[in-house]
Amino acid sequence: MGFAAFLILFPFLAAAVLIFTKNNSARKAVVFSSGIIIMAAAVLFSVREFPGSGNAYLGQSHLTHRIDNIMLAAELFLMALVVVLSVKHRKYYAGLLSVIGTAAMTWLEVSGRAATDEAHIYCDKLTVIMCLIIAFIGSLICIYAVGYMVDYHNHHTEYRDRRTFFFPMLFVFLGAMFGLVMSANLNWIYFFWEVTSISSFLLIGYTRTKKAIDNSFRALWMNLLGGLGFAAAIIYSAIMLDVTTLSGLVNHGTPSLILIPVILLAFAALTKSAQLPFSKWLLGAMVAPTPTSALLHSATMVKAGVYLLIRLAPAMHGELSGTMTSLVGGFTFLIASMLAITVSDGKKVLAYSTISNLGLITACAGVGTKETVWAAVLLLMFHAVSKSMMFQAVGAIENATGSRNIEDMHGLIMSAPFLAFVMVIGIAGMFLAPFGMLISKWAALKAFIDADNIVLVLFIAFGSATTMLYWTKWLAKILVCKAHSHKVYHRTAGGEWLSLLSHAFMMIMLCLLLPTISIAVVEPLLAQLYNVKSVSVLAPEDLVIMVIMLVMVFVIPVVARVLTSRINTTPNLEYMGGVNQGDDRHFEDSFGNPKNMYLSGWYLEDYFGEKKIWLPSAAISVVMIVAFIGLSVGTLSGGVI
Amino acid sequence: MVGSMIGIVLYLVFAPFVGGLISGIDRKLTARMQGRIGPPLLQPFYDVRKLINKEILLINNMQFLFAWCFVIFIAFTGALFYGGVNILLVVFVLTTAAMFLVLEATTTNSPFSVMGANREMMQMLSYEPMVLLTAVGFYVATGIGPHDGTFNISEIITHSDIPNVVYLPGVFIGYLYILTIKLRKSPFDISMSHHAHQEMVKGITTELTGGMMALIEISHWYENVFLLGLVALFILCSKWWSIPLALIVCAAAFFLEVLIDNTSARVKWDLMLKSAWIITLVFGAINIFILQMF
Repeated sequence: MGFAAFLILFPFLAAAVLIFTKNNSARKAVVFSSGIIIMAAAVLFSVREFPGSGNAYLGQSHLTHRIDNIMLAAELFLMALVVVLSVKHRKYYAGLLSVIGTAAMTWLEVSGRAATDEAHIYCDKLTVIMCLIIAFIGSLICIYAVGYMVDYHNHHTEYRDRRTFFFPMLFVFLGAMFGLVMSANLNWIYFFWEVTSISSFLLIGYTRTKKAIDNSFRALWMNLLGGLGFAAAIIYSAIMLDVTTLSGLVNHGTPSLILIPVILLAFAALTKSAQLPFSKWLLGAMVAPTPTSALLHSATMVKAGVYLLIRLAPAMHGELSGTMTSLVGGFTFLIASMLAITVSDGKKVLAYSTISNLGLITACAGVGTKETVWAAVLLLMFHAVSKSMMFQAVGAIENATGSRNIEDMHGLIMSAPFLAFVMVIGIAGMFLAPFGMLISKWAALKAFIDADNIVLVLFIAFGSATTMLYWTKWLAKILVCKAHSHKVYHRTAGGEWLSLLSHAFMMIMLCLLLPTISIAVVEPLLAQLYNVKSVSVLAPEDLVIMVIMLVMVFVIPVVARVLTSRINTTPNLEYMGGVNQGDDRHFEDSFGNPKNMYLSGWYLEDYFGEKKIWLPSAAISVVMIVAFIGLSVGTLSGGVI
Repeated sequence: MVGSMIGIVLYLVFAPFVGGLISGIDRKLTARMQGRIGPPLLQPFYDVRKLINKEILLINNMQFLFAWCFVIFIAFTGALFYGGVNILLVVFVLTTAAMFLVLEATTTNSPFSVMGANREMMQMLSYEPMVLLTAVGFYVATGIGPHDGTFNISEIITHSDIPNVVYLPGVFIGYLYILTIKLRKSPFDISMSHHAHQEMVKGITTELTGGMMALIEISHWYENVFLLGLVALFILCSKWWSIPLALIVCAAAFFLEVLIDNTSARVKWDLMLKSAWIITLVFGAINIFILQMF
């Protein structure tokens, strides 16, 4: 219990200190030490909690009553904050959504219907995994942010330096995420859920430009709408089912009764994980400085949504809620990967790929078999590490070269080799054959066929092709070798390097230890989630092949490297139809003048462009969600009558 | 286990010879269709021998690395296939191999090979869904009846005494369609061509010379033997007669590809993408939908 409480409370304390830390080197000291303390605490926490069979803490007592009151006060404060800001910026709908949600929850709390004897905190293996992701990725992003923000404000003198606001918000976010994954009580989860919504809103609006404010309000209203679904689920389960905890809901004896709350919670999770039609808020979040994007995309926020879905997975298996979640997820996987082909802004590609990957995780959780949840948990881990790493790398590239456009990363391997290597590791970790994504995709595909869900299989088949295209395209751009390129001078700070290298290390370890992680971590986690003795997903012969492939991926480049060092090649120029100008970047035009050669990637905007497919796909997903929620309400009322 | 080892060794040793022979037959057939006599049957081997003896001119060392990765991953794909292991894994390794060829071409910063690489990516985008659906199709087809479905290639062959193509006619048509893309035959030879006098020079292989070019040539032989093996998988079953039948079907499929190659002109990439995806949906997906109902 001690470590759990510490993990939740300490980030808030660090945030409080950071508000008053104006000096940058003092800030650096606070952020570094807090980050290290959080990581250490998370390790101790995992050592303690992981072997157990799930520990419940904090039954009903004076203490929890007091905490409930504090949370209520905090919720009212947040509501007031949202109302004030939405009036100030004339976005009244956001304020309205906040008032409705908070009023409903306050009523529930005050009327005493939310009272419970059950534990408020519950730590099992899934909690531990989430905590490790939040602690390590989250803290490293904060550490990265210290150096990054110095550069950021050097480059962007037009924005007011609000770092005394920025850093506390990062830590508040981490604290809220710890709270979210450790809480068992639905009210508590809701509280932390809303805190993450509002802190992401505040972080996105950091620069206070018109675009930032618009995008932050879009994030706010979408997440508040999801929050309303969450609140409705809580009220329904408290009043109709007398259930106040998430596990109580999932392990409820009669699946037909919990259909409504589960589907409402799934809806909330879809908004938070930026699934269609709510994907725009995550794209808009790009306007914020890079650490915010990295945090939103990897360790926090969107992971809260899929975390909830994984928790709900056993209850969604074979139900309407599961079908809705898996269809929306699979559809998002396909559409977002198509959209990712069409954009050249590196951050935007990453954003679409996040949405797409979350779609895959969502689809896996929605199907809800052990195999798919296995895939979902592994995907979640790989995605958290690689996405955080790539956002940071793109941020560093942008600070170094002044552009985050993929076209400008042409030949990055020559001009900024280390950053390029980090990008390559990230991309490889996301999709190359022996690594995580494909293995998980394989499990997902098999499970979808077994679940007789051919539509999902089609989403995966086409989505894999489009995913392959946008990653290969980017990888190819980075790996172009231009002779005599000048190295870019970049002042990537020590903290940034520390974070990037730690991420690269984690990524490689995840890949190398995949079979071990699967057997020692993910399979026991599944056994716990499904209340069974043991689960085994990876067949031994598949394991052998995986090991062979891993060996190949690491051995072949080394061998080839050794072989190449032997060959004595004189540098040659590429073929340009005989009009080279003596180097590899100019040719002679029809007037006999030297002309700069520019090789562009393909973006297929006429086929997969946002203008073309965004509206139809948003409409389709809205129809899916409305239809399934309507259907489940219909079944329920039919059952009652 | 012993069976798979034999399969792997046989493939790794003999596939280049079989592939080279097939390529020789291809050239002979093509010549006859065009009213020429054509080169000797063993001409592809002579060509490769000559290439090996030529000097290697590299733009950079990265090219060498990726070309080797391509060869090894292609051979690995076929080895996994002829070793009778998981077909889904085979598909994934094949994708990785194709990606290395793209990287080999783009790393040169050469306008013609980069153009070829871009077009190669369009080819991958076109055939990838159907290749995955082919694997899925086998899984669903083996799941009919008392057994669970399987991705294991030897089980796909031995599980029943009826050829899989009986259940998977649509998937077979879809596969034959994308086979044209994979074999780099006209009308879909858009990323590279055997003839160098055209707008994209030699496309994705423009910057490869001497021994490197020979290496890529040999890996295409490996690849073609694997691709035709996948055709055979549609026919093979536990009965003995399926083996000669499979050989005949492979020969027929190959003849068909050569015929198409010689009777059609290259199309633009967008037509290839659209048609391949439509064929995938119409034949592949609907076939699997119907199977799923049993």
